[in-house]
Amino acid sequence: MFERPVEDTAKLKKIANQLRKDVVKMTYLAGSGHPGGSLSAADMMAVLFFYKMKLDPKNPKWEGRDYFILSKGHICPVYYSALCRVGFFPEDELWTLRKFGSRLQGHPASSKMQEIEVSTGSLGQGLSVANGIALGLKLDGKPNRVYCMLGDGELQEGQVWEAIMTAAHYKLDNVCAIVDYNNLQIDGFVEDVMGIAPLADKWRAFNWEVIEIDGHDIDQIKKALDEAENIKGKPTVIIAHTVKGKGVSFMENEAGWHGKAPSKEEYEKAMAELEAQDV
Amino acid sequence: MPIKRREVEMKPTRYGYGEALVELGASDPNVVVLDADLSKSTMTKLFAEKYPERFFDMGIAEQDMLGTAAGLAIEGKIPFVSTYGVFVAGRAWDQIRTTICYSNLNVKIGGAHGGISVGPDGATHQALEEIATMRCIPNMTVIVPADAIETKKATLAAARMHGPVYLRFGRAPTPIFTKEDDEFVVGKARVLRDGTDVVIYGAGPLLYEALLAAEALEEDKGLSVAVINVHTVKPIDVDTIVEYAKKCGAAVTVEEHQVMGGFGSAVAEVIVQNHPIPMEFVGVQDRFGESGKPEELLPAFGLDAETIYDKVLKVLERKGN
Ligand SMILES: Cc1ncc(C[n+]2csc(CCOP(=O)(O)OP(=O)(O)O)c2C)c(N)n1
Ligand SMILES: [Mg+2]
Repeated sequence: MFERPVEDTAKLKKIANQLRKDVVKMTYLAGSGHPGGSLSAADMMAVLFFYKMKLDPKNPKWEGRDYFILSKGHICPVYYSALCRVGFFPEDELWTLRKFGSRLQGHPASSKMQEIEVSTGSLGQGLSVANGIALGLKLDGKPNRVYCMLGDGELQEGQVWEAIMTAAHYKLDNVCAIVDYNNLQIDGFVEDVMGIAPLADKWRAFNWEVIEIDGHDIDQIKKALDEAENIKGKPTVIIAHTVKGKGVSFMENEAGWHGKAPSKEEYEKAMAELEAQDV
Repeated sequence: MPIKRREVEMKPTRYGYGEALVELGASDPNVVVLDADLSKSTMTKLFAEKYPERFFDMGIAEQDMLGTAAGLAIEGKIPFVSTYGVFVAGRAWDQIRTTICYSNLNVKIGGAHGGISVGPDGATHQALEEIATMRCIPNMTVIVPADAIETKKATLAAARMHGPVYLRFGRAPTPIFTKEDDEFVVGKARVLRDGTDVVIYGAGPLLYEALLAAEALEEDKGLSVAVINVHTVKPIDVDTIVEYAKKCGAAVTVEEHQVMGGFGSAVAEVIVQNHPIPMEFVGVQDRFGESGKPEELLPAFGLDAETIYDKVLKVLERKGN
């Protein structure tokens, strides 16, 4: 659908909007799933998959690929949508999400889909895996990069901080972590449930390079990902300030839309809003 | 009941693990080793000394260690991760289940300090549940070698096969009673002693106690006792287990682990579905371990030749002999 890499900001915006429409339709058809965190990450997923990452839609296991680990596995709707729109599989399959017999499991399953590097869904585990891949790449002297998307609530898991230590200790400058800082988790605001602030200071204290951006600003996302690639001797985290449910007015900033599918009316309203936002 | 103990060469099974890793380091550049601040106990230090660039100390962070190993496996490495069994199979269970086994990644887990014979460190460090927690995860292979020689072979075999493997070894020196040239095939049990009246299935160093009990039973009572080394707890050798169940008609299982869900349960699953016979279980009976010397703890917990001897007589009574 688009010639990669897509550099044009307006085109990337259009792609992000497509991912959002997919997320809404997929969760509606499935009758369950996680729209909130999928929508907050959509712009970053668009830039990662269409602008930044090296990948070959004809060969998921291409040796030259950059690796993507979705540590917050529950937002797989937007991940499946990105994989599909990049050309790994046809659109029809998107609508099988969460159905019996589908490759599109409720949480990403590497045993079902070659495109997925590792199964996730139990939060807090992805950054460790990203580090392991990065260590292996360094041992082999390979230039591939490893991207890992985390949730802000997910950062409450202790293992994440173990992995943060590991990446800095082994100077994994081929790792780029991205935090979808949408301020919400299931039980409410992250700062009410179990505060993680001051987040940038924490990562800095653990010897990471920190880049803070507006996670819905395509140009800022592009710039941050480019910058991260040039930082040597330490890993980089992009702390992306986002709005959970972004793009669908009634889903924005509502904890209730973390893991709930829209009804028929809500689906139609959401799709109309997203159509109107198409550039 | 006179169990005859004689001089026997003793060596901790973990030494076999460390020696095998060094061999693998030389033969396969893809082998990497991770430890969580226990490399002197797990014997991965032997590998670390020779191949420092392929050894990663992950600090006291077991969950992260398992995840990092998963990533290395994705990148084509053959990671061996080691720490005590309680910490790896307990604390990092979800990481093993979801990240490693669900993704069927080629990660080899060396679980040290399995069993009560860990000794003075006591219950916190005596892994008595990990055969159960590891064998119930799909894709996982579980191997419990009998002595240091077999541990070395098992470690080499684990590197040759694809997929997650849990290797269990102990801290204390235990008898060497397998031979260098004995064949070791993952999933294939070995007959250590043939017999027709009763069969003892075992996994791990306690098999030596089973052999002592079998000898004594033959001398005292003229019984013909088979002893089978079921080193691979999963996938378990159904054919050999059923063959001996049919031949002997009564069985005792022997393990240095909780009886609930462990090796004996695995054998019972095979027997009840294929050829039900009376069974008795030698193992830890639903209690935590304690501090002490291995030679004090093993009899106190009923994990010795004397207990095995009694259980054989008990199961034979049930058989109707
Ligand atoms: C280990 C673990 N505990 C609990 C859950 C259930 N769970 C799924 S999503 C979620 C909240 C995640 O919040 P956040 O990381 O902020 O994600 P986002 O807001 O981007 O959806 C929870 C608790 C889980 N999947 N894994
Ligand atoms: Mg959140």
